[in-house]
Amino acid sequence: MKLFSSIGAYILMMKGMFTKPENFKMYWKELMHQSVEIGMGSLWIVTVISVFMGAVSAVQTAYQLVSPVIQKETIAQVVRDTVILEFAPTLVCIVLAGVVGSKIAGELGNMRVSEQIDALEIMGINTKSYLVAPKILGALITIPLLVILAMALGIYGGRLAGSLGGILPTETYDRGLLRDFIPKNVWFALVKAYTFAFIISSVSCFYGYNVKGGALEIGRASTTAVITSCVVILFADYILAFFLL
Amino acid sequence: MIEIKNISKSFEHKQILKDISAVMETGKTNLIIGTSGSGKTVLQKCMVGLFEVDGGEIIFDGKSLTHMAQEERKELRQQIGMLFQGSALFDSMTVEQNIQFPLDMFTKWSLQKKIERVNDVLARVELEGTNKKFPAEISGGMKKRVGIARAIVLKPKYLFCDEPNSGLDPQTSMVIDQLIHEITIENNITTVINTHDMNSVMEIGENILYLYQGVKEWEGNNKEIIFNKNQKLNEFIFASEFLRDAKDMRMLEEKGIIDNDRNMDDLMRDGGANLLMDGGDKKQD
Repeated sequence: MKLFSSIGAYILMMKGMFTKPENFKMYWKELMHQSVEIGMGSLWIVTVISVFMGAVSAVQTAYQLVSPVIQKETIAQVVRDTVILEFAPTLVCIVLAGVVGSKIAGELGNMRVSEQIDALEIMGINTKSYLVAPKILGALITIPLLVILAMALGIYGGRLAGSLGGILPTETYDRGLLRDFIPKNVWFALVKAYTFAFIISSVSCFYGYNVKGGALEIGRASTTAVITSCVVILFADYILAFFLL
Repeated sequence: MIEIKNISKSFEHKQILKDISAVMETGKTNLIIGTSGSGKTVLQKCMVGLFEVDGGEIIFDGKSLTHMAQEERKELRQQIGMLFQGSALFDSMTVEQNIQFPLDMFTKWSLQKKIERVNDVLARVELEGTNKKFPAEISGGMKKRVGIARAIVLKPKYLFCDEPNSGLDPQTSMVIDQLIHEITIENNITTVINTHDMNSVMEIGENILYLYQGVKEWEGNNKEIIFNKNQKLNEFIFASEFLRDAKDMRMLEEKGIIDNDRNMDDLMRDGGANLLMDGGDKKQD
């Protein structure tokens, strides 16, 4: 029963976002602010994760491909497809659910508890459209860009690990990257990136916006937001793979 | 003027406000008093539309908030300023940005004009030179004053203050009370203050509404409250022995038994008991 009322409240929050902005310039400013916060704020962690993710993927694939009949280029192919199909969109978004999700839920939760949201409401501002919409739009703009970056860095990480570890030369790796490349995989990864970006931002906004209580509840809301986002991301990942691949 | 007519409000089957009616007059400081949990904040939040009432009506200068469309309500809210209990300043903004925020959102003024207005209101609350400070860098009393400055920057017709003195020392509390009172008179606005601070009640209580467990128990002003006959109200305002003594002294003064400090030594000696008895006897005689 609680699940249904939460889903209902979530849908109402989404519906409440679609109103005419009181001042478009202020909303634009907030959107830019959120885009920088979400995008630039997560850049460092996405870079580190992506490079190591690709590197580990290359090393482990090489470890498992022991047969002399399998060409070395296959390692690059496996790294490329794993990174594009799963690691960059899903793993990076799971990490972003922690980094961005907890930040959004914490920020909105603090604003709710300290009556800052009430103060905005009293001024006649629609807080759903002023506070929630720019966060969701900011995530929709920046998270797919971060995923594209993660794809490139993951593949580069595999190349780096391959050459530094003496697993395969860079020329072989590059040849493998171009072999049997399916462009649809990138499109699929982007669909996942947009879906996950929406899940991370909207679920976190929902939990943060509806915090009741004090500091303890803000922490709880952040944790719940991250856990729920991760579970919904994994569920959506399966659904998208099932229908789109 | 704000009229509230037969307001009721419940949360999860628990009735918080029961059939409350009152009139908040323009140009006066209207106080809502009562113990913690008596429904003061809920009543105020109903009045500004943060909570929907279950029954009754709230009328702002002839316009019913209860029956207003969303857009109309938004317009009305731009005429409302509110000072929150915890000030509710935006943490990530400086004092200047906090005060300028409503101007940025609702006016098309030039930056120069906005800054002039911000400096005007900062001067009014005696906080010149704090423009670039963040809320975390200023004291509780200063935060309240910034909250007042933000609330009045758009020249509202209605000002709501939720426990403006909570967490402040008595001296700062009096400064905040006087500031709110002066702003009310200067701008001829309708001010509604939630408080349980007896200093505020006595200093600026021009119209007082006493709530007890969600029911309007008494209404009057700061002159009438001392001599009220309502037992619940008396238990609330004269909760301490000190205040009860102060009331006795005020009554003795009213009856002409003591004259300022003339009988103070006697009072201090026997706690005023003899004088009270004498006074009572004399009156009977």
